[in-house]
Amino acid sequence: MSRPLKLAALLLLVVVLFGLSLGCGKVWVPLGAWFSSDPRWWIILELRLPRAVLGLALGATLGLSGAVLQGYLRNPLADPAVVGVSSVAALGAVAAIIFGIGSGFAIFVAAMLGAGGAVAMLAALTWRSPSAITFILAGTVLASLAGALTAFLISIAPNPYAVAEVIDWIMGALTDRGWDDLALALPPMLVGAVLLLLTGRALDALSLGEAAARSLGIRMGRVRWQVVLGTGLVVGAGVAVTGVIGFVGLVVPHLLRPIFGHRPSDVLLPSALGGAALVLAADSLVRLAPGAGEVRLGVAMALIGAPFFLGVLIRERGRAWI
Amino acid sequence: MDLIVDALSVKLGKRIVLHDASAHLRPGRVTAILGPNGAGKSTLVKAAAALVGRAGGCVRLDAQDVATMDPRVRARAIGYLPQDATVHWNIVARDVVALGRLPHLGPHAAPSPADRAAVDRAMHDTETTHLADRPVGELSGGERARVLLARVFAGEPRWLLADEPLASLDPAHQIDLLARLRTYAAGGAGVAIVLHDLVQAQRAADDALLIAEGRVVAFGPVAEVMTADTLARVFGVRVAPLDDVSGLGEGGGTRRLLVPVGRIDLA
Repeated sequence: MSRPLKLAALLLLVVVLFGLSLGCGKVWVPLGAWFSSDPRWWIILELRLPRAVLGLALGATLGLSGAVLQGYLRNPLADPAVVGVSSVAALGAVAAIIFGIGSGFAIFVAAMLGAGGAVAMLAALTWRSPSAITFILAGTVLASLAGALTAFLISIAPNPYAVAEVIDWIMGALTDRGWDDLALALPPMLVGAVLLLLTGRALDALSLGEAAARSLGIRMGRVRWQVVLGTGLVVGAGVAVTGVIGFVGLVVPHLLRPIFGHRPSDVLLPSALGGAALVLAADSLVRLAPGAGEVRLGVAMALIGAPFFLGVLIRERGRAWI
Repeated sequence: MDLIVDALSVKLGKRIVLHDASAHLRPGRVTAILGPNGAGKSTLVKAAAALVGRAGGCVRLDAQDVATMDPRVRARAIGYLPQDATVHWNIVARDVVALGRLPHLGPHAAPSPADRAAVDRAMHDTETTHLADRPVGELSGGERARVLLARVFAGEPRWLLADEPLASLDPAHQIDLLARLRTYAAGGAGVAIVLHDLVQAQRAADDALLIAEGRVVAFGPVAEVMTADTLARVFGVRVAPLDDVSGLGEGGGTRRLLVPVGRIDLA
């Protein structure tokens, strides 16, 4: 199967899952009720469509940022949530909420600054050492520090309602997100995604190591800024709107490499499509939980992702770089 | 196009790694860069490829300072084969070789027929054509070394700098790889390689650049520079002559090689 054909198949999967995500939930909306005066059509227009579009954008940017981080850091265990980028973004957003500058825009900027700063710090900490252990340790330190600071902020919060709001939001979900959330999140996600897609060639060159990449005329400084800014924008925007949803960027490139090949630039676009498919599918499933509520998407992704992460670790254990 | 190292000093952290090094390397010849561990060989090669900053002096391609060249122009002129032979992803061999064409590609252009032809040629010259569709992770050490050499050849640089290309190769593959570098130099390009093996250096190089403790000790044709006295002084080794009578030497007749056989106490 040629690459365009594989991409088309993946795109078809995304379209099908997008449709499914519009149709399913506590109330099934059969196709016959679409585009009609049936009140259930309003459920789609007002509730499920913005949610599905957000799921699509979130999944695509998370998959893409995972693939770019893995290529840039030359490490198959990189993922914005696993290595603490999402936690630092969440810390920024929580700080904005608790210190009461919680206008939507301020939360966005704080989350993006957190995400960009975390990537820059990770790159600085791990650039000289290719070992996966250093990298995961640096990410763990970053994640636990951000977690501790977030808990500290919550504990000193003056207002119990703010605490409830923060804890509810941090678990990560697409529930009840509307068009106004989308209007804030989509522009930075688009800009960030374009920046990340531009890194493809540099990531290919980096598979030979940093010195060889530079000797091939790659400007490392420019690539670093593209990665830091791009990840900051997409992860920051995603966290600001949905809370922390992890493991998408870890799982998706792994599943797609056997199909699309290991060359970093070959994995970028498929990872965006695959991430969208995964989040749309998971977000449809969490709504089908029995009872009135739903499973949090962030919780569901962690339940899928953590065992997957363990599996990758065990499988890759024999490799020299672990 | 000559590669001129002019009074070059390099500091890594607070340590001076190269001190006032000068040499005038000529194309069409293979130059072996030799010296004990930590002498500054790798640093010299990296400085020549503008991969490390410098504290003084410069490296020039004819009149042009390599540090101020546009990175892509420099990448087309100077190919660099790092010591580290890892490829971080399990990419198929042909795609690895094609990375060598990156400096020739437009910002978002697809490879042209000329690019593909250069990749084919490089793979043919390194006898890796049959490996084209194999992932590099599945290749043997010798095969991977050839694929990575093909990557540099594919860029068709006028200067090829290789940092210890023989590490992890068995003797037969070492001899093959050096023969390929000689052929590349014979085509008019300049070749400079960091070597540890004194015997292979005498076999394959035209010129030798001896470095010790960050300073150039000697530079010139191999026969003049690599004498028993100099090797004793630089490496602290005693050498014994070995006459290669196979008739395969570059002169066609007998060739005398100096083989390290023991240490000399320098005190």
